[in-house]
Amino acid sequence: MAKWDFSKIKEWGWKEHPTGGVIPEAATTDSYATGGWRSVRPVLDSGKCVHCYICFIFCPDSSIVIKDGKMTGFNLRHCKGCGICAEVCPAKAVSMMNEAEAQGLEKCHLAGQDLGTEKSA
Amino acid sequence: MPKTVALVGTDAVAEAMRQINPDVVPAYPITPQTSIVETYSQMIADGLVKSEMINVESEHSAMSAAIGAAASGARVMTATSSQGLALMWEMLYIASGLRLPIVMTNVSRTLSAPVNIHCDHSDSMGARDSGWIQLYSENAQEGYDNILQAIRIAEHPDVQLPVMVMIDGFIISHSIDRLDLIDDDAARKFVGKHKLKNSLLDHENPTTWGAFDGLHGYYFELKRAQAEGMKNAAAVVKQIGEEYGKISGRYYSHFETYRLEDAELALIVLGSAAGTMKAAVDQLRSQGVRAGLLKLRMFRPFPAKELVSALSHVSDVLVFDRSDTIAGEMGGPVFIEARSSFYDEIKRPRFKNFVYGLGGRDLNLDMILKAVASSQTGNLITYLGVRE
Repeated sequence: MAKWDFSKIKEWGWKEHPTGGVIPEAATTDSYATGGWRSVRPVLDSGKCVHCYICFIFCPDSSIVIKDGKMTGFNLRHCKGCGICAEVCPAKAVSMMNEAEAQGLEKCHLAGQDLGTEKSA
Repeated sequence: MPKTVALVGTDAVAEAMRQINPDVVPAYPITPQTSIVETYSQMIADGLVKSEMINVESEHSAMSAAIGAAASGARVMTATSSQGLALMWEMLYIASGLRLPIVMTNVSRTLSAPVNIHCDHSDSMGARDSGWIQLYSENAQEGYDNILQAIRIAEHPDVQLPVMVMIDGFIISHSIDRLDLIDDDAARKFVGKHKLKNSLLDHENPTTWGAFDGLHGYYFELKRAQAEGMKNAAAVVKQIGEEYGKISGRYYSHFETYRLEDAELALIVLGSAAGTMKAAVDQLRSQGVRAGLLKLRMFRPFPAKELVSALSHVSDVLVFDRSDTIAGEMGGPVFIEARSSFYDEIKRPRFKNFVYGLGGRDLNLDMILKAVASSQTGNLITYLGVRE
């Protein structure tokens, strides 16, 4: 969570914003769930993945999750479903799937998973 | 020691820039501004200054580079004219919206069509709502003085807005004028060091500039804050003008008045025409007409209250505009704003507007005297010096 407390930014008056609209801290987008923009989502076929990290390099939203040197999946809270990972994967281990179908929207909410579909913070 | 020199206006501006020694100067040549950056690049080549000069491919890029450099915490200056200023258009708003204290000389030249390289204020007046502070100069001395002060005004924490300093194309820019330069050390001490609160190059405190205001919408609040900066600029311009007076002997404020205290008839003008206007005032006085002059220096922010109080005793105000709004008999921008300033006053002088000098058409003493003579009976708005 950012040190800069902008949790009430929507209520701020004009005197409270930093001059010129400068964002005075890095990585504030971490708290902004862009997963809700997604209409298709990447699905990983672990059997095909060669852990080359090319998707990691190309992902514009830093949504490729790597654990212990292995590509393990996607951070769906930030993934916007652009499909670049599927495009660049040399092993064809990533396919794009219809988001609604993938989620089964109601089911997802019932399960209480954070898939970035809630309104952003 | 202060030094008296004879310089063309563009070299006077370059001298001020040499003393300021800005970190970055992105520029693109355009008549009649070219000789400013030409002289300045010579100064860089001669090792007189340490500025990084960026030769860009257009004025749009010049202002873009200025914005990037300013956001990184550099002190940035540039210069342009006419079509060049017009090409900077969208970037002007970004510079002011990001509250970047860029200082730019605009050598006033009209806008095409038809193609014309001579002076009028159409270029800068087109940018009057872009959030830039605007200072107009009567001669090379004022151009030089305004540039030095502009740095302080732009960087003032209550302001943080870009400043545009106007010198009239050819009339000032290419005429040799006598002026006094302040000492290099005094100039450096006066402008001081520049420190931006946030900087793109401050890797320990990384920042993001110019982010999308988003689906949340903070644009309105940030514009409101910008308007406050512009409002604050009025007091800062005055304060810096005083401070500069103490080191140079030349005091500056929002405007200069000449024989206005007991005047019945006031003339308002910006820029180089003020010299001829002063001669006209003297001539009118010798004919028994109690004339006076208000030479507007600061057009943005517009000093409405001070203007009203300086003119409260006059019965007639003749506003001379070196540009037209082309808005259907509304007159020039100075006229519209000066007249509007009086709207809430109980006692309002009669206003007349003379649009003069478009595309560099000369304004001479006789024309001013004729304009004054016709002002009691003539139209609200007159094109002065046009061939009917």
